[in-house]
Amino acid sequence: MVKKSVHEINKKIEDGSVSVVTAEEMVGIVESLGVEGAAREVDVVTTGTFGAMCSSGLMLNLGHSEPPIKIQKVWFNNVEAYSGLAAVDAYLGAAQISDTRGIQYGGAHVIEDLLRGKEINVHATSYGTDCYPRKVLDTTITLDDLNEAALLNPRNAYQKYAAATNSSKRILNTYMGELLPNFGNVTYSGAGVLSPLSNDPTYETIGTGTRIFIGGAQGYVIGNGTQHSPSSGFGTLMLKGNLKEMNPDYLRAASFTGYGTTLYMGIGIPIPILNEKIAASTAVRDEDITTSVLDYAVGSKDKPVVRQVNYAELRSGSVQIEGKDVLTSSLSSFKNARKIANELKEWVKHGKFFISAPVERLCCEGSAKSMKQTQAVPLVKDVMSDFIVTIKKNQTVQDAAKKIWENSFNHLAVISDTGELVGILTAWDISKAVAENIFDSVESVMTKKVLTCAPNEPVDLAARRLDRYGVSAMPVIDAQKRVLGIITSDNISKLLARRY
Amino acid sequence: MKIKISIPTERIHNPIISESIIETGILLNIMVANIDSTYGELIADVKDSRFDKIKNALESRGAIVAILDRPIHRDEEECVECGACISVCPMNVYAFDETWSLCVDEKKCIQCGMCIKMCPHGALKLGE
Repeated sequence: MVKKSVHEINKKIEDGSVSVVTAEEMVGIVESLGVEGAAREVDVVTTGTFGAMCSSGLMLNLGHSEPPIKIQKVWFNNVEAYSGLAAVDAYLGAAQISDTRGIQYGGAHVIEDLLRGKEINVHATSYGTDCYPRKVLDTTITLDDLNEAALLNPRNAYQKYAAATNSSKRILNTYMGELLPNFGNVTYSGAGVLSPLSNDPTYETIGTGTRIFIGGAQGYVIGNGTQHSPSSGFGTLMLKGNLKEMNPDYLRAASFTGYGTTLYMGIGIPIPILNEKIAASTAVRDEDITTSVLDYAVGSKDKPVVRQVNYAELRSGSVQIEGKDVLTSSLSSFKNARKIANELKEWVKHGKFFISAPVERLCCEGSAKSMKQTQAVPLVKDVMSDFIVTIKKNQTVQDAAKKIWENSFNHLAVISDTGELVGILTAWDISKAVAENIFDSVESVMTKKVLTCAPNEPVDLAARRLDRYGVSAMPVIDAQKRVLGIITSDNISKLLARRY
Repeated sequence: MKIKISIPTERIHNPIISESIIETGILLNIMVANIDSTYGELIADVKDSRFDKIKNALESRGAIVAILDRPIHRDEEECVECGACISVCPMNVYAFDETWSLCVDEKKCIQCGMCIKMCPHGALKLGE
C-alpha cells in the first residue's frame, strides 16, 4: 500500500527531490513498474490541454472616471461586454462578436490584444445618477490600466469531447470546423492521453481550489464547469486565472468560419500520486478514452451517433466510416498540450509550483439537463397541407397538366406503383416539356432529386432548408417514403402571421 | 507544374481539353475538375517543358491558363499547430511529424483555399 500526502509531496518539491512526469510518460512507467511501483516512484503527474474553449471570459475593473459613471453598456473595440454589475466592473465573453467586424473579431480577440499590450478602445454609456452623473465615456486602455483582469471561465477542459462528421451533401460550417459532405472528414477536440480530467476520472485530486496552470500563469479550479456531466464521462471545470500574469503562447483568439469567435486556452493540471488508485488512473492511454462520432447533418441537439471511436484512432489520422477511411483533423493542439504538461513539470521540479488538495470534491455523478421549453416548437405536421395531389410516374404529361389545372395545385408528388415518392412535378416542368415537345411519361420530365422533410421535424429546420435551396415547397414523407402532405412557404408565412 | 485552366461560359460546350490533348499529344493529369453549364475550372499537372505548347493549344480555343505558383503560406506565429487543416486539404499538403509539429508541403498545393476557411487562427493565406 502506497500512501502519500499533499504535504509530503510539497516538502519534496521544496527540497528538490520530487519525482514528476507527464501523463504521457506515466503510461510507460506503469507498464514497466506496475501500479504499485509507479505509485512509489512518481509523486506528481502533469497533464495539459490546448484547445477551443468558448465558455471563457474576462472579469475586469476599469477604475473610476472623473466625473464618475455607472456603466450601463460598454464596448471594447466594438465588442459588447456585460456591465450589469457595480459601476466600472464588466465581463467580456470570448464568444461575443464585434458590432462592426462580425465574427472576424470578438471578445477572445480583445482578451488576446490586451495580453499582447495593445491599446483597446472603450465606449460606455449610462443614464446618469446623482452619485454617477456621467452619461457617456470614451477612452483607450491597456492591460496595465485595469485594476483587475481575471479570466473567469465557466466551462473549460472538457474531460473528452464528441467528434464530428457530416452525412449531408453540402459543407457544414460548425464550431467543430468545416465538415465536408458525404462523411468527407472527422474533426475532434481534446488531448486524449494528456487530458486533465481523463487522468483523474473520479475527481480524486482535481476539485475546487486545485492550483493549476492556466494560460501560462498559476490559477485555480473554482468548481465544476457548467454542463458538468460526470456520469457520461464529460466532466468540465470552472477556472480562474490572472490575465496580467499570462503568456500569449497559451491564450489565443480564434474564429471559426460561419460560427464565430472562441478562445484557445492552455490548461495544465498536476495530479499528486497519493495512492495506487490515482497512479492507475494516470496511466490512461488514448485507446482507453472513447467518444462518439456525431453526424452534424442533423440540426437537432440530439445528433445521431455514427460510431464509437477512441482517441488513438482519432489521432492516427483517419477513422473508418461505412468502410471508407476518413481523414481526421484535431482542433486542439497536441503539441501545445505536451508543451504545457512539460512546462508544468519543470515548474514543479524547480520548486516554482506547489500542489494543493481540493477544498471540496467535484460531483462525480449526474448529467446536464436539456432546456425546459414552455412554448411548444411547431412541427412540420402542425402546419403542412394534408391535401396533396399525386400522380403515378408512368402517367402522361397530359394527365399531369390536367391534374394541375383541375386542382389548381402547383406541385404534383410523383409516386411509384407501391406508393413511394419518386419525384416532383411542377407547372414549370410541364411548360418546359411542352416547350421542348416532350410528351413521354411523367417520369421523364419530373425532378428526381426532391427535397423532403419528416412530419416531426421542427418547422424552423424545414424553413431553413427551403430557404437554402431556393424552393417553395417540399413533400412531407414518412419512413416508408409515403407522401403525407406538403409544406410550402405559404404555410410558414401563415404560421408567422399567427404568431404576431 | 500545376496549372489552372478556366473555361468561360461561351466555350463550355466545346471539347477544348480533349482537342488540345489530341493536337499536342501532351498528357494532362487532371486533379480537380469543376464543370457545369456556366463555367469550368480544372487543376492539372503538366511537365514544365510542355507547358508553353499546351497553353497555346488551350488558349487558342478560348480557355484561360494560369500557373499555380502562389502556394499556401503559413504564418508560423499565428499557427498553433492544431491540425484542423489536415482533413480538408484534397492534396494532403498538411501532415504531422512524429513530434506533432505541422509540416506543410507547398509543392502539392492547388490553391483551392479550403484550408484558409478552416483555419481557426487565420494563419493561412495564399502566398504572394
